[in-house]
Amino acid sequence: MADYSNKLYYQLEQETGIQTGYTRTGSIFLAQTQDRLISLKRINAGLNVIGIPSEIISPKKVAELHHLLNVHDLVGAMHVPEDAVVSSADVALALASAASQNGVQIYDRTSVLHVMVKKGQVTGVETDKGQIECQYFVNCAGQWAYELGLSNEEPVSIPLHACEHFYLLTRPLETPLQSSTPTIVDADGRIYIRNWQGGILSGGFEKNPKPIFTEGKNQLEIQNLQEDWDHFEPLLSSLLRRMPELETLEIMKLVNCPETFTPDMRCIMGESPAVQGYFVLAGMNSAGLSFGGGAGKYLAEWMVHGYPSENVWELDLKRFGALQSSRTFLRHRVMEVMPLMYDLKVPRWDFQTGRQLRTSPLYDRLDAQGARWMEKHGFERPKYFVPPDKDLLALEQSKTFYKPDWFDIVESEVKCCKEAVCVIDMSSFTKFEITSTGDQALEVLQYLFSNDLDVPVGHIVHTGMLNEGGGYENDCSIARLNKRSFFMISPTDQQVHCWAWLKKHMPKDSNLLLEDVTWKYTALNLIGPRAVDVLSELSYAPMTPDHFPSLFCKEMSVGYANGIRVMSMTHTGEPGFMLYIPIEYALHVYNEVMSVGQKYGIRNAGYYALRSLRIEKFFAFWGQDINNLTTPLECGRESRVKLEKGMDFIGRDALLQQKQNGVYKRLTMFILDDHDSDLDLWPWWGEPIYRNGQYVGKTTSSAYSYSLERHVCLGFVHNFSEDTGEEQVVTADFINRGEYEIDIAGYRFQAKAKLYPVASLFTQKRRKDDMELSDLHGK
Amino acid sequence: MGRCCCRCCCPRGLWMLSAPCCDDRRMCVCPGPRRIGIPVRSSSLPLFSDAMPAPTQLFFPLIRNCELSRIYGTACYCHHKHLCCSSSYIPQSRLRYTPHPAYATFCRPKENWWQYTQGRRYASTPQKFYLTPPQVNSILKANEYSFKVPEFDGKNVSSILGFDSNQLPANAPIEDRRSAATCLQTRGMLLGVFDGHAGCACSQAVSERLFYYIAVSLLPHETLLEIENAVESGRALLPILQWHKHPNDYFSKEASKLYFNSLRTYWQELIDLNTGESTDIDVKEALINAFKRLDNDISLEAQVGDPNSFLNYLVLRVAFSGATACVAHVDGVDLHVANTGDSRAMLGVQEEDGSWSAVTLSNDHNAQNERELERLKLEHPKSEAKSVVKQDRLLGLLMPFRAFGDVKFKWSIDLQKRVIESGPDQLNDNEYTKFIPPNYHTPPYLTAEPEVTYHRLRPQDKFLVLATDGLWETMHRQDVVRIVGEYLTGMHHQQPIAVGGYKVTLGQMHGLLTERRTKMSSVFEDQNAATHLIRHAVGNNEFGTVDHERLSKMLSLPEELARMYRDDITIIVVQFNSHVVGAYQNQE
Repeated sequence: MADYSNKLYYQLEQETGIQTGYTRTGSIFLAQTQDRLISLKRINAGLNVIGIPSEIISPKKVAELHHLLNVHDLVGAMHVPEDAVVSSADVALALASAASQNGVQIYDRTSVLHVMVKKGQVTGVETDKGQIECQYFVNCAGQWAYELGLSNEEPVSIPLHACEHFYLLTRPLETPLQSSTPTIVDADGRIYIRNWQGGILSGGFEKNPKPIFTEGKNQLEIQNLQEDWDHFEPLLSSLLRRMPELETLEIMKLVNCPETFTPDMRCIMGESPAVQGYFVLAGMNSAGLSFGGGAGKYLAEWMVHGYPSENVWELDLKRFGALQSSRTFLRHRVMEVMPLMYDLKVPRWDFQTGRQLRTSPLYDRLDAQGARWMEKHGFERPKYFVPPDKDLLALEQSKTFYKPDWFDIVESEVKCCKEAVCVIDMSSFTKFEITSTGDQALEVLQYLFSNDLDVPVGHIVHTGMLNEGGGYENDCSIARLNKRSFFMISPTDQQVHCWAWLKKHMPKDSNLLLEDVTWKYTALNLIGPRAVDVLSELSYAPMTPDHFPSLFCKEMSVGYANGIRVMSMTHTGEPGFMLYIPIEYALHVYNEVMSVGQKYGIRNAGYYALRSLRIEKFFAFWGQDINNLTTPLECGRESRVKLEKGMDFIGRDALLQQKQNGVYKRLTMFILDDHDSDLDLWPWWGEPIYRNGQYVGKTTSSAYSYSLERHVCLGFVHNFSEDTGEEQVVTADFINRGEYEIDIAGYRFQAKAKLYPVASLFTQKRRKDDMELSDLHGK
Repeated sequence: MGRCCCRCCCPRGLWMLSAPCCDDRRMCVCPGPRRIGIPVRSSSLPLFSDAMPAPTQLFFPLIRNCELSRIYGTACYCHHKHLCCSSSYIPQSRLRYTPHPAYATFCRPKENWWQYTQGRRYASTPQKFYLTPPQVNSILKANEYSFKVPEFDGKNVSSILGFDSNQLPANAPIEDRRSAATCLQTRGMLLGVFDGHAGCACSQAVSERLFYYIAVSLLPHETLLEIENAVESGRALLPILQWHKHPNDYFSKEASKLYFNSLRTYWQELIDLNTGESTDIDVKEALINAFKRLDNDISLEAQVGDPNSFLNYLVLRVAFSGATACVAHVDGVDLHVANTGDSRAMLGVQEEDGSWSAVTLSNDHNAQNERELERLKLEHPKSEAKSVVKQDRLLGLLMPFRAFGDVKFKWSIDLQKRVIESGPDQLNDNEYTKFIPPNYHTPPYLTAEPEVTYHRLRPQDKFLVLATDGLWETMHRQDVVRIVGEYLTGMHHQQPIAVGGYKVTLGQMHGLLTERRTKMSSVFEDQNAATHLIRHAVGNNEFGTVDHERLSKMLSLPEELARMYRDDITIIVVQFNSHVVGAYQNQE
């Protein structure tokens, strides 16, 4: 996005003839620590493959590029020579005049009162100067977007919150800085420094931000905000440390200019799930100018075509629900997000504020047993369980790009999943029930979902919910509870998006009943070969594979509790069961499972173990590996599509065409060969993949496989033409014939590419001949 | 009624049960200058002034001897305190620290002190000894306690944000007590400091009992009935108070039943008195009644005695020792301060320009208060006009003119004699008990009736400081309020810097900001406003800033000397919620 903005601003000046202050200065990102340098190297590797020149340079080179810099405490830096600076006011003016030239009318000094909506569709805008009819409305109100969203009759929840942001302006230096002086970002010092009319403009993202306007349009005009030098002191110290010669430079002023932040540091764009035609682009997290151009382009595409040309799920308004809209939550969260701008971004970072919002009824029990938690869509999920005799590092110290301190803990959990049985609380998954009085449910779902749902009652179907382009809008499991009712399990963050999608595509006049039952069920995942033994003891229903084959769903009793939905699937490819338990039974079932399971060596496990298990089995997850631009054919799921059954469904045409033409990218599993997990940097996601030395794509997720004793990465392989760079068809042969390398922060590791999971992992462990006496011991 | 029945005189009696020597600051048998019997204290401290370098040197060996128990032994120290108050061992434990008869009388403390220290000259060569800042902190923070009114993200609907409290002992064991509790059956919060004399028995008893008396006095008739019915039928009782206690603040288990029965009698009487009309309860009246009733009960319990010998001795010690009390009741914007004695309640008010001013919400009941002098003279025959207050003391003995306990000043000589004779041997064995105040003609001379001040809180009233005279002796009220105010508001008290047209370089600005920050960092050393205040009270030098060397020396004084240089200090700082107070104001 920033790249597009850069090009846009460059052209803008030529097109409109209005000065945007566009100057190609380049920028230098300084690293004071090795960890920061690793982080820069990762970014550098990512920039290079998309064609933005950048390089890692030594402190000596930094000094040559910028003579005022103190480089003694630096370990390196990243130089991006084509970065540019513009003046925001000038850009806005240029954009406005370019728009006017093309017939756009701009109303100055007019405030929007609210947006008029009829039948869930935008019809116009009520302003203090009258009504304006329109079909589309874009809420770009920045820090006021939250309130503007709420002013609707049908409120649109846009979770963002402003913080005061300070930057310093000085008078020109004695020998004024040249306009080509590179912009400096000293993230470890929490500051940025750039040339401003021969002087310095410097600001930063301090550790203790001051949130503002919590109570809404505080009627404090932005102009009245106070300078707060005491608050700025740490940043000033940092500036003078970086550029000691500035001591004698005269201050012009300290500007207090609030910036808006979102709960996850990514901007918010897209269409409201509640009101059609109501679009949002806000919450730029202080990067409004650099991303604005690109974001505007995507939003325009979205409005015109119905979807943007890139996957922007991470920015989609629908990743949030009303649950992130508490002002208190936002206030606390942005205080964490703003410093994070310049904090070291390490893998597996969890937000610390605004936690414990949604929890399973077992939360306290698990917490007491050493659970460490991560959060998704407000829901607490266990990462792993720290044994009582073990201590982990404090939060700050645990930040690493290398082997994390929980490695052994997760190893023992994974081992237990493979050899015995583990319980993972997976209550966060989004759960919908779809029922109808007639056969309508099946009819509608057959059209909405790509796999055949007309299966016998009790069967579970893995299926995608595709868009017109054949891309995954959602990847879910659907159990047929009875002829007319279906139980749908989707990823946690699908709660808003999937609901909106279903509502939008279901016939308006149907008597279909769609219900969100996420909160009604606690989900326990019993993973492992012994899961069947545990359940057998708790129920009189036969659990053997003959009676309960894979991908089956039965309502049965577990312990005293009746009506538990038991499904023979684990989301990992391991044997085991998912139990969907009405929440009031959750504690009972958990207690019974744990006490019966004792003799089978049962223990709690967390999502990190699950992740390791599913990635080594090549189970792609929606939102991480696959998204709305990925088709089933591109990730080897042709068998989960009813192309041959002559039934129409959304995305069918696109898939048929793709089947004929071949795919242009293919999800592939990579096993890192010469990677030492103790000493080398760990893969995360977003690492460039090289095939025979050519860049072919990026990884989407990675995990250490304890069974293969190797790192496993998932990622897409493209086939870029060597001459034109155009995308070409990717065949299985193309993938199999390549030599692969994965670039982790500039270091390339050899990798084996696989299109199908490693077969040996699926062999049943418990064969009769292998039984030992020790298996009879209680563990 | 216990107080009114005895108006005769008796030539003999006993004296100060728990303090065999008169090192007590409030009661001094021997004539002579006053405060703690050591005049040195109130003015400058010669020990640390340049005028007296020698003693400073001499002191160090002593300090070293005691350092262990003082610095590392806070826990033992508290334990020791428990022991003293709940066993009959006190006289001995006090005596242990009176090595010299001259020292014990304190008539001319300066010389005595010289003798005392010179007597120790044999100690090894003087060496410098200072407590390190962490050691100082551990002493200062040993008794600190903070309470925040439960809130969610600043949306606190109480007019109180919370309070900080702390105490620094000078007596061994400390004689000050503090209490804080939320009234559960009525609204409001109670906070109080209690300064004991002649031992800690009375202040202890008042600290655990007084709030119950107040809370009961505030209860509506129906609630009282409900509680009484619950007691009668053995059902669970409604909780009346939610205490906010430091772990070192203890309640007597042994006397709990006795105290409960007295309290029950009180509410039974309240029930009987009620005419049936539900009238608004007047807080002022409730406070006065509660104070008087508790004192009455203390007196009665001592007269009646208890079959349990331990309890019997306890109630006598409570009655024969004394305590002042300064209690605040905060309910919304209504602040009542009930004061008996010379502790003080001070309101911190922030003026519009950000500066701080102090508003006194209590009057000291001592010789410095003209009206108290007047009152005493009116309450006794003209013939006693000269003897009632002598050398600024009640009957020449007692500094505060109002107090709990101290039946020596309340009972008739007859009654005193009778109670002591029938009392346990410990009473009769005590040499100092053979003493009746001189000119004791028309008891009672002392009352526990409080003076109640009402104040309606305003948004500019930011906090309330309740403290025993240990603080007010060392610091001016204006300084107290300024220090707390600046502490509570942190940086904000400093005028924000604005460049506004002046020529300022980055370097100059940086220097200025760094300076401001270091100035603040000393404030942030304490998380507790009361601790911060004690740090200033003990460690302030002539420039009004905390001098670590001085602080270190003061805190390393051995137990037997600490009392010469400072009194027990107990402080509660209550912080008000200006938003809520402002909202109350706007409602009207």
